[in-house]
Amino acid sequence: MPRLLAVLGGITVIAILGFIMLPAVVVTLAAFNGRAILSFPPETWSWRWFAKALAYEDFGSGFRNGLIVTAWASTIALVVGAAFALALERYEFRFKRTLEIVLLSPLVVPHFTVGLGFLILAAQLGVARGYAVVVACHVVLVLPFVLRSVYVSLRNLDPRLELAAASLGAPPHRVLTTVTLPLLLPGLVSGWLFAAILSFNEFTASLFVTAQRTQTLPVALYNYVREYADPSMAAVSVLYIVLTAVLLTFATVFLGLGKVLNVEAPR
Amino acid sequence: MRLPAEGSAPGAAAATSQDVAVALDGVTRRFGETAALDDVSLSVRRGELMTLLGPSGCGKTTLLNLVAGFLAPDRGEIAIDGERVTDRPAYRREIGIMFQSYALFPHMSVAANVGYGLRMRRRPKAEIARRVEEALALVKLAGLEDRRPRQLSGGQQQRVALARALVIRPKVLLLDEPFSALDRNLRGAMQVELKQIQQQLGVSTIFVTHDQSEALSLSDRIAVMAAGRIRQLGTPDEIYRRPSDRFVASFVGDVNVLPARLEWIDGATAVVALGETRVEVPARPLAGTTIGAPVDLFVRPEELRVAEEGEAAVHGTVAAQIYQGGHVDLHVDVQEAASGRVLLRVSGHEAMARWPAGTRIGIALVADRAIAFSRA
Repeated sequence: MPRLLAVLGGITVIAILGFIMLPAVVVTLAAFNGRAILSFPPETWSWRWFAKALAYEDFGSGFRNGLIVTAWASTIALVVGAAFALALERYEFRFKRTLEIVLLSPLVVPHFTVGLGFLILAAQLGVARGYAVVVACHVVLVLPFVLRSVYVSLRNLDPRLELAAASLGAPPHRVLTTVTLPLLLPGLVSGWLFAAILSFNEFTASLFVTAQRTQTLPVALYNYVREYADPSMAAVSVLYIVLTAVLLTFATVFLGLGKVLNVEAPR
Repeated sequence: MRLPAEGSAPGAAAATSQDVAVALDGVTRRFGETAALDDVSLSVRRGELMTLLGPSGCGKTTLLNLVAGFLAPDRGEIAIDGERVTDRPAYRREIGIMFQSYALFPHMSVAANVGYGLRMRRRPKAEIARRVEEALALVKLAGLEDRRPRQLSGGQQQRVALARALVIRPKVLLLDEPFSALDRNLRGAMQVELKQIQQQLGVSTIFVTHDQSEALSLSDRIAVMAAGRIRQLGTPDEIYRRPSDRFVASFVGDVNVLPARLEWIDGATAVVALGETRVEVPARPLAGTTIGAPVDLFVRPEELRVAEEGEAAVHGTVAAQIYQGGHVDLHVDVQEAASGRVLLRVSGHEAMARWPAGTRIGIALVADRAIAFSRA
C-alpha cells in the first residue's frame, strides 16, 4: 500500500512538472514545422522559420529596443527603489504609510491603465513617443518589485553591523560603502534581475506607449501575429528561451548567481 | 588595577577628573513618554570594569548607547577622558564595542574584521598587519586570519569581536551582554579570559548585563539600575552585603524575606525582633521608622542554619533538598516568610541524610549580617 502511494505521488509530481513545461514544449515543436501554419504536432520538419525570424527587421529592432528600455528602466528603478526602501526602513516620518501604499500601488493598478495613463499624459504634454515615455512607464511598473526585494534584504541586515562599523571610526558614507552596500548586494542584484525580466517581457502597457520606432519585442510579436500566422513567432520564442537559459547558466556557473539570489545556502 | 578604597561611600566620587574615563552628568533620555534614563550621573574610573546591572528595560542598554554615541541625550552631558562628547558622533568617539550578537562583518575575513578600525583610520598597511596579528594573538586566535566569521564557533566569534574592538586602543570598551549567547561552560572560561585581558590592558570598561552572578564575579564596581535610575553604586561586596534598598537586595543574589519588628535604634545599629530572636541590623535603611513598627528582614541563604533545640527564630518543614556539590540548598516551607518559603544553604553532603523532605526544623541566623527595610 505505501508503495502504491509512492508511485501515485511520483506520477502526480511528473504530471505537474509536465503541465508546467507543456507550453514551452508545444511552441518549441511548432517552431520546426515545415509548413507555413502554426500547428501541433508538425507534419514535416524544417529550420526555415528560424532563418526568417532572424532576418525579419521588426523582431531585430524590437529586441534591441527591448534591451535599451530594460537596461534603463531596471537601473533607474533600482536606484529609486533602493533609496525609497532605505528611507522606509530607516526613518520615521509623516505619511510614511501613504508613501508605501503609493509605491506599491502599481501592483493593483492594471498594466493597461498605467500604459493608457502614460499615453494620455505624453499626448497632453506634447512629448514625442520616444524611449523616455516607455522607460518611465516601465520604471513605474517594476518599481514595487525592486522596492520589495531591497526592503527585504534591508530588513535582514543587522543594524548593529552598521553601529559596529561606526564605533570603529567609519563615517556614514564609509559605513555605506564598506558594510551596507556590500551586504545588500544580493538584494540589489536580484531586484535588478527581476525588474529586467519583467520589463523585457512587458506587453500590455508597452502596447500603448511604444511607437513603431520604439516597439519592444513582445509588441513586435503581437503586431506580427495580427497579420501572419506562420511558425516564425514560435521560432522567436525558442530563441528567447535558449538565450535566457544560456545567460542564467552562465551567471550561475561563472558569477555565482545562486549565492547572489540566495537560492543556494551559503554554509 | 585600582581597587576602590574599602568602605568608601557609594557614589561619592573621590576620584579626581584625571582618573575618570567616562562621566555622565544629569543625563536624561526619553522614548516617547517614558524616561529610559532619568537624570543619571555616573563616573567610570580609568582602568575600571564598571557593570550596569538591572532587569530588562532598566535603562542600562540606553546608557551604553549614549556613551557609544548611537543615541543623543535629551538633557545632560557626557564626557570621555575629560573631553565633552555629548554632540560628537559615534565614529569620532574612539570607543570599542562588543555586541551580544558580536556583529562581525560576514563578508570579511577575520583579519579584515579586526583590521577594519585601523583601515578607517588610514594606518599604513604594515602597521595594520602587525597590530591585527598582535590583537589576534591576545585573544588566542592566531592562524585563523583568513577564515570567515560563519566558519568560526560562537566562542571564536566572540574573540574576534573583542580583538576588533581592542585593536583601535579604545578610550573605553563597551560590552553589551557579551556572554548570554554562549553555553554555560564556555561562558565561565570566557569571563575569566575577558577579565584577564581587561586588566592586562588596563582598558576602562562598561559592561552591561542582567545576570547578577556575572556582575558579582567580574566587576570592580556595579551600578544597579531600575526604571531609568541608578539604585546603588558600589563594589560587588557592598552591593551584596549592604544593599541600599529592597530592590537591590532582592535583585542581587538569593534572599529570604522574613517579617520582624523594630525594637530600638542606637546610632548606626538597630535591633529587630524575629520571633524570640533579636537581630542587629544597620540603622540607616530604617531611618524614620517608628519603634515597634513591622519591618522586613532580608537574610542571605548562607547566613541561615538549622537551629539547635530552643534557639530557632522560625520553624518550618523541609520541602525539598537540592544537592549542589559543595553545599546543599534546603527549601523550607515557613508560614511567616513573605514567599512562604525559606532557602537555606548548608555545607556538607551529610545535610541530605539529616534533614530529608518532610522534616520539621528550626531556623537560626548565623551572624548579624542581615539587613532590614521598613514595609513599603
